[in-house]
Amino acid sequence: MEIPYTVSARPDTGLYNAKIGIWLFLASEVMLFGGLFSGYVFLRIGAQPGYWPHGLLNVPVGTFNTAVLIASSVTVVLAWASLKMRQFAQYKIWMGITILCGLLFLIVKLTYEWPAKFHHFGAYIKKESLAKYEPYLGNNYLAEKGLPERVEITGDLEDEASLKDESAKTYVFKELDAVNAEPTNPESDRPTFWPRPLVEKRVVIDKADVDYASMFYPRHSAYFSAYFLITGLHGLHVLGGLIVFTYFWLPVGANMYKRNPEHLANRIEVAGLFWHFVDLVWIFVFPLFYLL
Amino acid sequence: METSTAIHSHGPHDPHGHGGHEDHHELGFWQKYVFSTDHKMIGIQYGITGLCFLFFGFCLMMVMRWQLAYPGQVLPVVGPLLARIIRNDGMNSGGVPGVMTADFYNSLGAMHGTIMVFLGIVPIAFAAFGNYVVPLQIGAPDMTFPKINMASFHSFWVGGVIMLLSFFSPTGPAKSGWTSYSPLADLADQGAGVIFNGQTMWILGMVFLITSSLLGAVNFITTIIQLRAPGMTWMRMPFFCWVQLITAFILLLAFPPLEAASFMQLMDRVFGTSFFLPHGLTMGNHLVNAAGGGSPLLWQHLFWFLAHPEVYVLILPGLGIIAEVLTNNTRRPLWGYKAAVYAAMGIGFLSFIVWAHHMYLTGMGAAVSTFFQTTTIMISVPSVIILTCLLLSLWGGSIRFTVPMLFATAFLPEFGIGGLTGIPLAFNSTDLYLHDTYYIIAHFHYIVAPGTIFAIFAGVYYWFPKASGRMMNEFWGKVHFWGTLVCMNIVFFPMFLQGMAGMHRRGFDGGATYDLAKPVIHWNTTISHAAWLMGLFQLPFIFNFFWSMKFGKKVGNNPWNATTLEWSAPSPPPHGNFTEPVAIYRGPYEYSVPGHNVDFIPQADPQGPRTDAGAHGH
Repeated sequence: MEIPYTVSARPDTGLYNAKIGIWLFLASEVMLFGGLFSGYVFLRIGAQPGYWPHGLLNVPVGTFNTAVLIASSVTVVLAWASLKMRQFAQYKIWMGITILCGLLFLIVKLTYEWPAKFHHFGAYIKKESLAKYEPYLGNNYLAEKGLPERVEITGDLEDEASLKDESAKTYVFKELDAVNAEPTNPESDRPTFWPRPLVEKRVVIDKADVDYASMFYPRHSAYFSAYFLITGLHGLHVLGGLIVFTYFWLPVGANMYKRNPEHLANRIEVAGLFWHFVDLVWIFVFPLFYLL
Repeated sequence: METSTAIHSHGPHDPHGHGGHEDHHELGFWQKYVFSTDHKMIGIQYGITGLCFLFFGFCLMMVMRWQLAYPGQVLPVVGPLLARIIRNDGMNSGGVPGVMTADFYNSLGAMHGTIMVFLGIVPIAFAAFGNYVVPLQIGAPDMTFPKINMASFHSFWVGGVIMLLSFFSPTGPAKSGWTSYSPLADLADQGAGVIFNGQTMWILGMVFLITSSLLGAVNFITTIIQLRAPGMTWMRMPFFCWVQLITAFILLLAFPPLEAASFMQLMDRVFGTSFFLPHGLTMGNHLVNAAGGGSPLLWQHLFWFLAHPEVYVLILPGLGIIAEVLTNNTRRPLWGYKAAVYAAMGIGFLSFIVWAHHMYLTGMGAAVSTFFQTTTIMISVPSVIILTCLLLSLWGGSIRFTVPMLFATAFLPEFGIGGLTGIPLAFNSTDLYLHDTYYIIAHFHYIVAPGTIFAIFAGVYYWFPKASGRMMNEFWGKVHFWGTLVCMNIVFFPMFLQGMAGMHRRGFDGGATYDLAKPVIHWNTTISHAAWLMGLFQLPFIFNFFWSMKFGKKVGNNPWNATTLEWSAPSPPPHGNFTEPVAIYRGPYEYSVPGHNVDFIPQADPQGPRTDAGAHGH
């Protein structure tokens, strides 16, 4: 028994099976990420003033990753086109570049972007104690300029292990983020494209004055909850795409090509559609988390 | 006219000519029964697993009914046994083996809902019947993606096993309702191991079940679009295939937001995020140690965005089964076939914009409430169209009261009761009073229990001869039907009265603590006895099912004299389904065509008039 239309198109629909399958799958993916993004919108709209952080992510690195992903979307089309023109050697090259781009994206994400966050610390100051930390928050200055107040002090801790020590009464920063180090510098009014370096400044905060404090883990805030969940799920999609691409880049692809080149071209087309979708999701992730 | 175009459009080589004869090699046990890629075996796997879960879910309810009828008393025989099996103290309240704790009652309720909906009804009505029947009805050799089909069943199975294992976790299974409302569910079972606790396992199980549904849905839609046999135009498809297609779309698009929500709840529970935890949340007079900034309403929106369309996932396949059985036994075409198809599409679309009628009590404001109560009332229109089509199909028919037909006939008024009692719930003002009472329980059970489950029984009796080549016993089928019908109504009808009196649906003592429930609380014992009796009346079915597989009366290809394509295949159909190429010449319900000496003309019979489904006037 053979399933019809696995490779050739059904005449009245003009499509082969997998192409319909992948579009349907992508429709469900739209709903999945749609659910996550609407969660983001819901939480952001409901956030109290000052509780939705801005400017904590590295925009140039994000821009670089965006470019890498868009480039890979182009090369995967070239890989497919090479197969359609029956140029297998070219296919191998373009597909190889696609895989490298995907890997580069993941490496940047996993070895630089995420770990950098895990070593950053933030403490939300209680409403009644905000005045006490005025030198690091600059709320009088912000009020004068009509900007929303600042409620969090962020930076690097002197000793991260001390967080586990329940008897400790204070958090001790060794370096502060520039916004907290120079809160009245007009440059701190809004996020900047190039990240500003941390400023060496030993600051001690009483735990009693703190509402909630955490490293920049998912638990840090609704913002980082959403950031890690959505970029994590997106990363898994990148990984999934890479596994499929690598599978077809290995001899499996060559064998399929020898049996029926159109079959491999179809598979790459379908996997490519998925890859474009993964790219598209990132096109939403980037402005929502890095820029807005 | 569409006949010729459809046949020609299939091109020079006929892909359906590869049927049955090629795969004669015997498959081993594992390949045949466990790792099967044949849609029929997968359908049977889904069916049997689903029926087991259906019965298991019912057993949970029978245990709950003891607590409601006789609160705080030792459940005879079963109670002490459960006390030993379950790891926590769920059935060991106050150190007395066999007495239920409130927590365990909650667990039973949550798991009853979860199991019935996600592990019982959907796998049977959608996955089992859909897998078995749809490819046969459209003349396909199999599903488009047989391996994905297998993965779908395995994913379902893993999800089911995780749900079952949660009964043995130290905390007992999930206890925050099948809706798993946050922050209740976020904070439940904390501190009992990161993964091996009821609520987290519930989430993980759901993720697998959702994955399974998605894989199935993609497969169904692609199959129906791509693998229809020559001549099987859209308006010649049996109504059953139409509703399966629409159901698949609903599953495809409604489930992912719940998957998103499940991931969020998983993050909340495992990584301490606060998607659903607001600022300043306290539990037991302690401030919850979380960043806050989340929203409990977010969960409700994402959950009901799935769970309302899910209601139509539960009922649409049922309506499809009823349409098949009804037309076959009235020996008449489906009245208003096209209207029914368009109505089903309307339901599919509208089901996505009614979800917040489950949330009137959250105080959404007049504008939003008005929107949702308007759409909710709108969706009753296509539902009534379908029910009307089914009812009018009875008119002037010479009805054969076979066992499937008995269930199908009973379905109509029972589904009607369920539907009509839903109207007061659509309106904000009346819903505020009826919300979370037994009235709700009665309402949706009338839709799903004497509704969908009757349709499932009708389907099992109707297609059993196709799948096994043997009839089920008619006498025991009738015993099963009458017993179930009577008990079902004694169980659910009094719940309307209890609900209207204000009895709360989640009370662990059946309302004993509330004065307002006093006048109706006596129904609890009646209902419980009817539920247990109904349990007994399932035994003839179970016995009949297995006995008939081996010893039932042997039948040919078409024992019911039916018209649709599955009856042109051998019983049971071989791998690849059809022994020779099939082509379709007419609509699905050509019964009692005037001027013919037989009262049915199969879709695949080249002799006779060539029509579309709604196109004839007899």
